[in-house]
Amino acid sequence: MTEKRPPLLQLTDIAKSFGAVRALRSGQLELRAGEIHALAGENGAGKSTLMNIIDGILQPDSGTIRIDGQPVQIDGPATAQRLGIGFVHQEIALCADISVAENIFMAQTARSRSRLMGGPELIARAAEVLVPLADIDPRTPAGRLSISQQQLVEIAKALTLDCRILILDEPTAALTDHEAQKLFRIMRGLAARGIGIIYISHRMAEIFQNCDRVTVMRDGQHIRTDRTADITPADVVNAMVGRQLDALYPPKLAGPRGPEIFSVTGLTEKRYRDVSFAVHTGEILGFAGLIGAGRSEIARGVTRLEGNARGQVRLHGAELTLRDYADCIAKGIVYLSEDRKGDGVFLDMSIAANIAALDLSRVARKGGVIDTARETAQAQRIGASLRLKAASMAHLVSSLSGGNQQKVALAKLLAVEPTVIFLDEPTRGVDVGAKAEIHGILRGLADSGVGVIVISSEMPELIGLCDRVLVVSEGRITGELTGPTLTETNIMTLAAPGAIAGTMALSGTIQ
Amino acid sequence: MTSTTQDRSLLSRLFGARETGLVLIILTLFVIMSFASPHFLTWTNMRAMTMAFSVEAIVVVGMTILLISGGIDLSVGSVTALAMVIAGLLFLNGVDPWVASLIAIAACAGIGAIMGFFVTYVGLHHFIVTLAAMVIARGLCLLGTGGRPLGLFELPESFKWIGIGSIGVIPVAIVIFVVVVLVFDFLLRRTTAFRLVYYTGSNEKAAAYSGIRTKRVIFLTTVLCSTLCGVAGIIYMARFGSAQPTFGVGMELNVIAAAVIGGASLSGGKGTIFGAILGAILLSLVSSSLALLNVSVYWQDIIRGSILLAAVTFDHYLVKRQAAGGRA
Repeated sequence: MTEKRPPLLQLTDIAKSFGAVRALRSGQLELRAGEIHALAGENGAGKSTLMNIIDGILQPDSGTIRIDGQPVQIDGPATAQRLGIGFVHQEIALCADISVAENIFMAQTARSRSRLMGGPELIARAAEVLVPLADIDPRTPAGRLSISQQQLVEIAKALTLDCRILILDEPTAALTDHEAQKLFRIMRGLAARGIGIIYISHRMAEIFQNCDRVTVMRDGQHIRTDRTADITPADVVNAMVGRQLDALYPPKLAGPRGPEIFSVTGLTEKRYRDVSFAVHTGEILGFAGLIGAGRSEIARGVTRLEGNARGQVRLHGAELTLRDYADCIAKGIVYLSEDRKGDGVFLDMSIAANIAALDLSRVARKGGVIDTARETAQAQRIGASLRLKAASMAHLVSSLSGGNQQKVALAKLLAVEPTVIFLDEPTRGVDVGAKAEIHGILRGLADSGVGVIVISSEMPELIGLCDRVLVVSEGRITGELTGPTLTETNIMTLAAPGAIAGTMALSGTIQ
Repeated sequence: MTSTTQDRSLLSRLFGARETGLVLIILTLFVIMSFASPHFLTWTNMRAMTMAFSVEAIVVVGMTILLISGGIDLSVGSVTALAMVIAGLLFLNGVDPWVASLIAIAACAGIGAIMGFFVTYVGLHHFIVTLAAMVIARGLCLLGTGGRPLGLFELPESFKWIGIGSIGVIPVAIVIFVVVVLVFDFLLRRTTAFRLVYYTGSNEKAAAYSGIRTKRVIFLTTVLCSTLCGVAGIIYMARFGSAQPTFGVGMELNVIAAAVIGGASLSGGKGTIFGAILGAILLSLVSSSLALLNVSVYWQDIIRGSILLAAVTFDHYLVKRQAAGGRA
């Protein structure tokens, strides 16, 4: 890398305030042509603000932006696009009813009026961009794709814009490992062509495997920029949280596990067949598998949230008849949704009202009159145990950060003192500090005798947190991994489609 | 973690910011009108004004609760008229007026149940289902009466009392209105059953994922709204001494406007009874003020529409500011 050439993009001393809140004090970033540059920081560190400034969505209060050494002013996303800046947002913004091809070329078609939509040429050009990314028919309406496919379409959309600077905001959050690996190959290909890529991610493994340099931000300030070869993931995490994290994951179950709490036998529905498992006192049971393998469906089937599954469910040895989720809650069997904003919390209601939602009788006097003092007290008690950061329990959940919203979603479930708790992606979109806290809370629950079942697409989380992991592939449990067999390779082997054949051999080694 | 409500003033503890704002606007209008027209601040005018919105306000209560649950009902005007027509026809055929009224209210509840069925179990949108019900109920009114009002001259005084009688100096209709408002405001603010309405309207899926039987909630709020229309229809009948098949055309717009000005949202999860009633009072106050000032009826519509737009715009920016404040 020649140091004499000015960097592709250079931001110096960028400051930005929203009213009294200083989102950025001294934002700094240097992106060289042809490098993949990771941007790390907890939620609220100022990463999004900085990226929105690069994309022209926000204007800085002070500081300079240089492209190829020339100071520029980016007064809007259109200018950013003209300067060759492409931004793939974390939130997917595709039009559900029109085809993938039309979505990809939306910006261009909006500019040139002459182009007819949906022609064969358009489809061919879309296919050209899509082929290296994924097997998606450009004629499919975008709404029919899975979330991970939609994410790939978003990336394809940015790639068509001839950009020199590409910003990817947590692009792998919704992708499977396999899809993520493909994306990294494409990123390296783009970098080899001289494109500078800013890559925002919480996942240390991805950063260290795929990025050349990493910049860490905290509290709106630039903390450090290093070559990934020169530092360790622990350095980055410590720089992000600003303190020493003892360990990323809480210690696992030391002694033997206790008696069985909850078991499911022969659970069968359209998308899964003959699923049996049991969770014991003291352990955290994990569910691994590719997106769409049926893990969430199984959890929602057991809790009667969707489908009409057949099969036996036992709690402390006694068989249960569960008609709907309300029945499950009455028995203390609860489910934390993977989609926090969609169905986990009530964003425009108070924290206290959210936490009381599963069982209002706990905060009500006789006759069904809500005792607001008790409602607040309950929220404060559970909130404190989860280290929920909120000025008041009367505040709306929408005012909280992602990690704290997730704690509210968790607090909702804990309010009913559950006996069995299913957690679907419990730390999705949660920053490193809060993530470790949530892991600690889950371990605490398991220690206190709650049956804890964690579904996660993040391998390190499954391996670091769970005592035992069941792998689901195409609607069936294909293996059980514990102790030394609990490795990424084994999970991947069992999770791959058609893994049934390999099951015997592998579970044979387990015993 | 700090406790919240201590530092708030008494007024804002009783009402939210929205309600406080509306009270101030209403008081300001009141003062201005007292100077502008000598007929404004008279007992007769006050009584007439209150009577004018008190019965409709019962419908506003039902609509507000339905809006909070995420629904909407366009059939309120027709169903109110249908209650009158059913009770009136039964009475003319020799049924005791009280019994006839109960049957009419039950019939309205039945219409609500049918609409609720189509919305929750068939899965159609409230807007379409209630639009159809609005047209059908109006058709039934006209069919039952041949399009002419039914004169109910034989109605006993004891029955007409609920429409035109007084307890002391307070008209009975106003007493009923106050009771309905106080009861439902309490229920909605404080009871577990009605809290489910907020959860359902705020995020139906999250409510289902909290074990709330959301279809049942939406069904019941739809039935409640129609039932309250039935009650309002009976009070109107007692007041007019007749059943008007064409009564209440356009009522739905007034009622929805009142609820929205009072803070209810068409996307559900928001709103209070007090707010909605203040919205109804404001609209009614504006109408009668303009009438007293001899402003053309056509202008009244334009002004009412503008107030609605102003209220919703204000709301929009309030929500945006809250969101921005929360993000920072």
